[in-house]
Amino acid sequence: MNINKNIAVSDSGFVFNSTTGESFSVNPIGVEIIELLKQDLTIEQVNQNLLERYNADIVTIDKDVSDFISLLEQYSLIDKQDAA
Amino acid sequence: MRPKIKIAVTGLNAIDNPGPGVAVIRGLLEAKSFEATIIGLAYESLEPGIYMHELVDKTYQIPYPSAGTELLFERLEYINDQESIDVIIPNFDAELFSFIKLEAKLKALGIHTFLPTPEQFEERLKTNLPDFGKKYDIDVPKSETIYSLSDFSKISSDYDWPVVVKGKYYDAGIAYNFEQVQMYFNKISAKWGLPIIIQEFAHGTEFNVTGVGDGNGNAISIVPMRKQYITDIGKAWGGIAITDQKLIDLTKHFIKETNWRGGFELELMKNKEGKFYLLEINPRIPAWVYLAVGVGQNIPEMITNLALGKEVAPVTKFEAGKMFIRYSWDMIVDLEEFEKISTTGEL
Repeated sequence: MNINKNIAVSDSGFVFNSTTGESFSVNPIGVEIIELLKQDLTIEQVNQNLLERYNADIVTIDKDVSDFISLLEQYSLIDKQDAA
Repeated sequence: MRPKIKIAVTGLNAIDNPGPGVAVIRGLLEAKSFEATIIGLAYESLEPGIYMHELVDKTYQIPYPSAGTELLFERLEYINDQESIDVIIPNFDAELFSFIKLEAKLKALGIHTFLPTPEQFEERLKTNLPDFGKKYDIDVPKSETIYSLSDFSKISSDYDWPVVVKGKYYDAGIAYNFEQVQMYFNKISAKWGLPIIIQEFAHGTEFNVTGVGDGNGNAISIVPMRKQYITDIGKAWGGIAITDQKLIDLTKHFIKETNWRGGFELELMKNKEGKFYLLEINPRIPAWVYLAVGVGQNIPEMITNLALGKEVAPVTKFEAGKMFIRYSWDMIVDLEEFEKISTTGEL
């Protein structure tokens, strides 16, 4: 799964898509997930990474990450062929 | 040392629906390849650019295009006698054809321009857009030209509501029923004349591209922009430079296929499926051109150098993510200045 290469993410959570000109704000966990996806990690690896660092169970993490990735897809922040 | 060049610029009406003149001048004054002296050419004595003395060295009033090209040429001859102009950059759709027609006569006076050919100007007219799309394989919304409201009645069943009612040069309205078509038809035709264009309403997000073609099919500049803040009449009050490759490729295709000569602005709509529809081609620099200057492509400078017959290397890089945000500014002007431009036609 690849974050669209035209996406810039700042430390403060400001996400800018230079293809469409759209911008978004994400919270610190959102920034972390995007950064992990940028490192070409699979969803399972992202989940595992968050599980090791946060006090939450895998079911909750998996659901939240899936929801967040759906949002990224909806706003074309993930390349569709990669998301499929 | 940079050469000194005297450049005359129209479109000084920096109002809520601004002419491009002031933005063009800002680009010219920031040019690295020459030092510009600016001569303003104004139609009305209240065009704000006339009074911006930090940008415009001297302004002359010129006759409206409706007065004919002969009168315009006489006035330009007079202005040239006073100023020895090197280049003219016209910035209004309605005046462009006059300047295109005068190109050779102006050149004989030593005044250079870099404008589209009469054929390029003609075939991209809103009234010719469907044929243009077909000829150059560019998607355009369905549209038809009408001369009366009864013409609309004949074609109305071919369109879903709403439809866009457009003037041949400026103005457009979105009509949701026949009464609104009637209202826009009367309002726009009273101001800009006939015909009126009925265009299918394209849903989606609006994008604009400005750039320069060298007349031989090469893109000298391309800068795409997404409108971020739109006024009641659909003008961008804020926008952001973007890098959509599809948009850049489409613009290169337009320049290559038409051998476009000069500055331009493409107005496009991107639908949900990501397909672009070309809504309009403006054969001139747009009012938001200072964004292009700000992101590294000084279009007014390029056009000036092309007009002077200089080689201009294509520029493909620009800083995506830079924005422009327009603002209005109240100037305090002495009555004597208004009096001078109103009575003598010069300031």
